[in-house]
Amino acid sequence: MKDDPTHKPENSSGVSRRDFMKISGVGVALPLVLGPKVVEAAGQEVAVHGPGKVPIALTVNGKKLTAQLEPRVTLLDALRDNFDLTGAKRVCDRGVCGACTVLMDGKTVYACAVLAIDAQGKNITTIEGLAEGDELTPVMQAFVAHDAQQCGFCTPGFIVATTHFLEQHPNPTAEDIRRGLSGNYCRCGTYNGIRAVALAKPEGRAS
Amino acid sequence: MSEYKWPDPATRPLLGKRISRVDGPVKASGRAKYTYDYNPNGLLAGKILRCPHAHARIVSIDSSAAEKMAGVKAVKVLQPPGTEIFWAGDEVVGVAAVDESTAEDAIRAINVQYEVLPHFVSDAEPPTNIGANNGPISRDDFEDMEDNQVPDEQVIASIKANGISFKPDDKYLKDAQASGVDPKVVAALRAAKYAEAKTSRSPYKKTAVQKQGDPDKAFTSAAAVSEGLYGASCITHCCLETHGMASEWPSDKDLVVHVSTQNLSGIAPQVSEPLGIPAGNIQVLQQYIGGGFGSKFSPDRWGIATAQLSKAAGGKPVKIMLERDSEQKVAGMRPSGFARVKIAADKDGKLVAWESRSWGTGGVGGGGTPPLPYIFEIPNQRKQHIAISTNQGSARAWRAPNHPQAAVITMTAIEDLATKMNMDPVDFITGNLELTGPREKIYRDELPIAAELMDWKKIWHSRGDKSPGPIKRGLGLSLHTWGGRGHNSDCDLTIHPDGSVEIKMATQDLGTGCRTIIMIVAADTLGIPLDNIKLLIGDSRYPVSGASGGSTTSGGVTSSTRRAAVDARDQLFAKVAPALKAQPEELEAVNAAVRVKSDPSRSLRWKEACAKIGAMPMTIRGKNPDKSKPPDLTNSGVGGVQMADVSVDTETGIVRVNKMVAVQDCGLVVDVKTAESQVLGALIMGISYALYEEKILDPVSGRMLNPNMEFYRLAGIADIGEMKVHMMTGKGYDERGVIGLAEPPVVSPGAAISNAVANAIGVRVPFLPLTPARVLEALENGGTHAAV
Repeated sequence: MKDDPTHKPENSSGVSRRDFMKISGVGVALPLVLGPKVVEAAGQEVAVHGPGKVPIALTVNGKKLTAQLEPRVTLLDALRDNFDLTGAKRVCDRGVCGACTVLMDGKTVYACAVLAIDAQGKNITTIEGLAEGDELTPVMQAFVAHDAQQCGFCTPGFIVATTHFLEQHPNPTAEDIRRGLSGNYCRCGTYNGIRAVALAKPEGRAS
Repeated sequence: MSEYKWPDPATRPLLGKRISRVDGPVKASGRAKYTYDYNPNGLLAGKILRCPHAHARIVSIDSSAAEKMAGVKAVKVLQPPGTEIFWAGDEVVGVAAVDESTAEDAIRAINVQYEVLPHFVSDAEPPTNIGANNGPISRDDFEDMEDNQVPDEQVIASIKANGISFKPDDKYLKDAQASGVDPKVVAALRAAKYAEAKTSRSPYKKTAVQKQGDPDKAFTSAAAVSEGLYGASCITHCCLETHGMASEWPSDKDLVVHVSTQNLSGIAPQVSEPLGIPAGNIQVLQQYIGGGFGSKFSPDRWGIATAQLSKAAGGKPVKIMLERDSEQKVAGMRPSGFARVKIAADKDGKLVAWESRSWGTGGVGGGGTPPLPYIFEIPNQRKQHIAISTNQGSARAWRAPNHPQAAVITMTAIEDLATKMNMDPVDFITGNLELTGPREKIYRDELPIAAELMDWKKIWHSRGDKSPGPIKRGLGLSLHTWGGRGHNSDCDLTIHPDGSVEIKMATQDLGTGCRTIIMIVAADTLGIPLDNIKLLIGDSRYPVSGASGGSTTSGGVTSSTRRAAVDARDQLFAKVAPALKAQPEELEAVNAAVRVKSDPSRSLRWKEACAKIGAMPMTIRGKNPDKSKPPDLTNSGVGGVQMADVSVDTETGIVRVNKMVAVQDCGLVVDVKTAESQVLGALIMGISYALYEEKILDPVSGRMLNPNMEFYRLAGIADIGEMKVHMMTGKGYDERGVIGLAEPPVVSPGAAISNAVANAIGVRVPFLPLTPARVLEALENGGTHAAV
């Protein structure tokens, strides 16, 4: 997740990670009570949720999804465990490998490094939301045609990343690919095929 | 019908072509369901409490607080108080709870007391004066000696001199003999004196010196002798889908498991024994697996724990997938392998002598012995290996066990010797190919192709890039081999009267293209399109198929599929022949039709032909011949050549791979597209272990320092350079039959890259991975000392 220094929480439904750390520091002196509690963090009043389960509403692939989740649950785990959207994989679980890449308001994020509670109010698109029906998107078709996958575990994350990358770089150079797709790891060694996909420039997100 | 062969090259509609993997779309769309994704209603999350100490004894376990926590459904002690733990991260207690966070909280609420014992985690060069005597031989010692192929006379002498600290019963001795232990060794065990084990033991296990020819004389009379230090550090498998299993009990007696495994057909026997239920009552399921690389043959203690926890929780499904740190610590490592080597050639550049003192660790057991010298049967040899027992999670088979280490030790020593003789290593190796035995012709075919693809003649320079500036460029090469004969793999092929075809086989597709090649073989044989076939794998109730290890799957699954398809086709011909007014042997199945070879106008569409079967479908069992018989549709023993082109920044020590070339033989290539992908993948995995990967253990705590993916670094898309793969096909290759491809191409990259770096910077960087620190240290001291 890219931090935007000018970004401030716009409502009290979410807590940024930096704010969360400050709250944790304050929390030692606070009685642990259930239900929202308001504290001051980064000069703003924000609600404290948890530590028990709280209602969480997410917009995923255009649908409203709700669940009762502890605030410590990541977006990735919420998607996988509560909504059975298992295309995003849990691999490193700490924002390194990219296997859990999803789009949040049109930008790629590592879903394991975003709290579900913090993803409320955002438009989230997972690999399942890229294609309509059974038809593969052009990028997915290119992954099949260039055999840019083996075990397939990193593939959904790579396809989400490649889809977004090609929107940003419609005519990528080799150097663009080196930089732009470095946020995802593969263990079987499919990068040669993925590079071929990016160079082939399959167009369009929709099928 | 007793003779089976692959079809003539002219009549192979699908075999040997470029075909996209059949499960590509389901994977690319994110809909492929892996074990990690199994998420039934009511699923309980399992977690494991792991020992933080590298060597300890469990004193007490208090899980009462965890058991009382809301949401905790079961707690199971996996290793009771009194147990000695030999590595950090070993399993102690399992917990099942309503969700992961609750299970984690429960783990934190368990209080385990340990008696911490001294640990040892170093695989640095053993001292020269290590004592050989560890007192009476334990069962582990004995089995390690057998695993490490210590000569029988030495095992017997050792048993006689030291006695044994275990009491082998008749069953043990019988099993030992059945598994290949020499009867004289078994007799020595039977006669051995029992003695209590020594309490303090050396971590070093020396094998006997193995000698062949007259190495001393050969070294003395040689024209050139080169000495060097080489090796590769411990690495992990780092499967992206961590190890794990989910268990549920539909009834008291029946168990269903979903497991991430390379060994679908072999899981039930391993689960049934600890649980005490019949293997036939266990159903094992897996459709997709996120990497194995040799580390996923067993259900593991955590897998058994899911079944035990599920039982305790009333049969509800319990899933444990390892966290990333546990995966890196305990779920698979490749042993390190290092050696001091002395190697010599005569004035014509013929290899005449080899001497090595090698060592390495594969965890507590010590680890395997690299086959030295690799590939080249040098006439005069003296060698000794020392296995180091360390307190870390045990080694597991890592693609081509022991071969990458052997290549990194041998191909580098050969390159150093060629340098000493002012010879181009391609010429030097070509001049010694008669020492490579049955694969000589393959290497002779491959070397010029690789050199051409690399433009070797034009780019190669003698050692040390003399061009100005800090960036130095160099080339290197390596050779490799592997066996790979197909495993036993039964399948059922059913032709339905409506023309649909179904194949069942309890195998697994690790991303190698296993599904794709099974379907290609069946469709090619029956003359029908791929989508006419429904392939069912990943369920232990289908016919038994071997584990995917040692590159045995491709040969195994294609052989039995071909057999079943040929037999089914012949039986279909018998049913159809009267309608076409022909004899069955006059018919052929092509283009989705059965027709008379000499008169294609006498033809029935596939569907019409299948209607002649009658009302009931026809099922044929495909079964491979016994291993004692010579193989027909598969084979063993492949050869490959790889070359690397690198640039090294001598100011920062950073190595970049500009280009890799792989020329690979694997007999008959079933699908060129997926075969090339597997070689490309091996090159990339090779770049990764050559430059970045290392399992780093802290000597003070005995724990792994980088059990994650930010400090256990894999190669990324920016690290791979240009890649060229050439598959050997056609005459001389196709008729050998199908041979697996998982191991061979991953053997050479480390040695080829190490050689390229030495060629670029003028000095040898002894050990992989070739990190900036090691490169700079080698540059500083002129390559004469080891940088560990």
